[in-house]
Amino acid sequence: MTRNRIVTTLALSGAFLGGTLLALFSPGCGKSGGGPAMTTIQVRGSDTMVNVAQAWAEAYKVAAPNVGVEVSGGGSGVGIAALEKGTVDIANASRNIKPEEAERAKKNTGKEPKEFIVGFDGLAIYVHKDNPMTEISLPQLAEIFAEDGKLTKWSDAGVTIPGASDDTIIRVSRQSSSGTYEFFREHVLGKRDFKLGSRDMNGSKEVVELVGSSKTAIGYSGMAYATPAVKILKLSAKPGEPAYEATVANTISKVYPLARSLQLYTLGEPQGEVKKYIDWILSPAGQKILAENGDVPLNPAGATK
Amino acid sequence: MGAPRPQRPKASIAIERIIEFVIRLSGVSAVFFVAAIFFFIFREAVPVLWDPDFDFAEFLFSKEWYPTSVNNVRYGTFALTIGTLSVTGVAIVLAVPFGLGAAIFISEFCSPKIKETLKIVIELLAAIPSVVWGFIGLTVMSKLIVSVTGTAVGVNLLNGGFILALMSVPVIVSIGEDALKAVPDSYREAALALGATRWETVFRVLLPAAKNGLLAAVLLGVGRAVGETMAVLMATGHAVQIPHGLLDSVRTLTANVAAELGEAPAGSSHYRVLFLTGVLLFAITLVVNVAADLAVRGIRRK
Repeated sequence: MTRNRIVTTLALSGAFLGGTLLALFSPGCGKSGGGPAMTTIQVRGSDTMVNVAQAWAEAYKVAAPNVGVEVSGGGSGVGIAALEKGTVDIANASRNIKPEEAERAKKNTGKEPKEFIVGFDGLAIYVHKDNPMTEISLPQLAEIFAEDGKLTKWSDAGVTIPGASDDTIIRVSRQSSSGTYEFFREHVLGKRDFKLGSRDMNGSKEVVELVGSSKTAIGYSGMAYATPAVKILKLSAKPGEPAYEATVANTISKVYPLARSLQLYTLGEPQGEVKKYIDWILSPAGQKILAENGDVPLNPAGATK
Repeated sequence: MGAPRPQRPKASIAIERIIEFVIRLSGVSAVFFVAAIFFFIFREAVPVLWDPDFDFAEFLFSKEWYPTSVNNVRYGTFALTIGTLSVTGVAIVLAVPFGLGAAIFISEFCSPKIKETLKIVIELLAAIPSVVWGFIGLTVMSKLIVSVTGTAVGVNLLNGGFILALMSVPVIVSIGEDALKAVPDSYREAALALGATRWETVFRVLLPAAKNGLLAAVLLGVGRAVGETMAVLMATGHAVQIPHGLLDSVRTLTANVAAELGEAPAGSSHYRVLFLTGVLLFAITLVVNVAADLAVRGIRRK
């Protein structure tokens, strides 16, 4: 009786674990299938871009009813990893592809990844709306987020949070597959690593939600995700230099220190429906949707009209 | 010799053989699958052990988990192991008294009508997908914890432990109840005949008689808690640190694998270390199971 139970326990726990692992590394669903009537475009990657990518997919249904676009998130790293294996048609990324990733993609599929910049985004620094702080500099941010950083309490930064008994800074970060995580590390931390113990959220929206529900939290996320519960800090490149708001205008003029481009990657020159889809995204119709989602289009004057 | 014994048609015998074979195959398949899972996980994990940059002691005992660092990659899972053990510990402390209590109540004290209702409700509880539990942890529980304790972040060890406890209780109740039901009625009758009260019957007669089954129930609950991924990923806050209290966020081994395996390039050290994490999880469950097996034998010998 007990023996059987134990074997069952083992089998169950094994199956659970094995299932988790297998499900994760199995290369997703097949490539664009369907008959000649219906083409499916597989899109995966950046969580920052998942909202706009879904909006594009929805709108494209009207523009081209014979094409289905399937969008999933997971992070820029996940999208690019899928592109390397050739399991998606388009990878969304809020960071640039790394040389070694392009190398692997070429080795696996024989094709060079091709980049399309589709818009811009400001990486905003969020705090709770009751936080009296109004601006922050990149070195201060690094001291908060980096390993061995000196700022661990809000009082260290000269800020008193009203109504908080413990003013330890709660760092809200992203999981390591996120392009936002990589972008933040590269542009804020430089060569340093993140301090351990940050809350690593699985999406842009979750970061803002957690910051909004905790008075002593600080986090980074795309500027399109602001809610009434949070405040976006003005950001300066160095202490003493002027700080800029994360606005569309400041992102375009690049005075905002954490402005970045959003891109799509395909394997080789896109063909057929995928090419048509990307052309449509770059057209005024696609760019208008990007602007409506709070990101910055390639040509703001043309698209917002 | 008299008339020959009536024979069944050959077809019927053949069909019976086939059915017997299929049933035997499904019995053996469990062993096969466990072995296959072992094999594949080991195969993916083992090459990293010969990697000169990989230090097994660091893997087990360092709390620094920096798999994607630019200049200093470190694979230390100690904080994650502590995360898994602490969340499981909290869950078991909460779940075992409730689970066994409910099992005793359903099996011994309540009327048949309530019994049926309770069993259906508890089975329903077991059928709730783990992502839904995670969602409850992330939204409902976290707000509740913040408003009750005044802590800054509601996704933490207590939240994860509570959600896991709710998930393991149905397992403990249904198997525990089976174990108590399996105790022959003659035991109960004998106890009553000797003038024992119902509580004395439960504590002195039924619990000792059903202890193996009850232990198995608790163990399956532990197994559920150790292996759970999605709910803890959402409810614990996913922070790599050794918790100093119930209100600290933690990250578990399972949640870490789930969050990172998707982007780790196949065949890279990061990818292999994540599989090694799988082996570590296997080892933890194995130790729990073997320890329990020994405990049961110990109890039996007395």
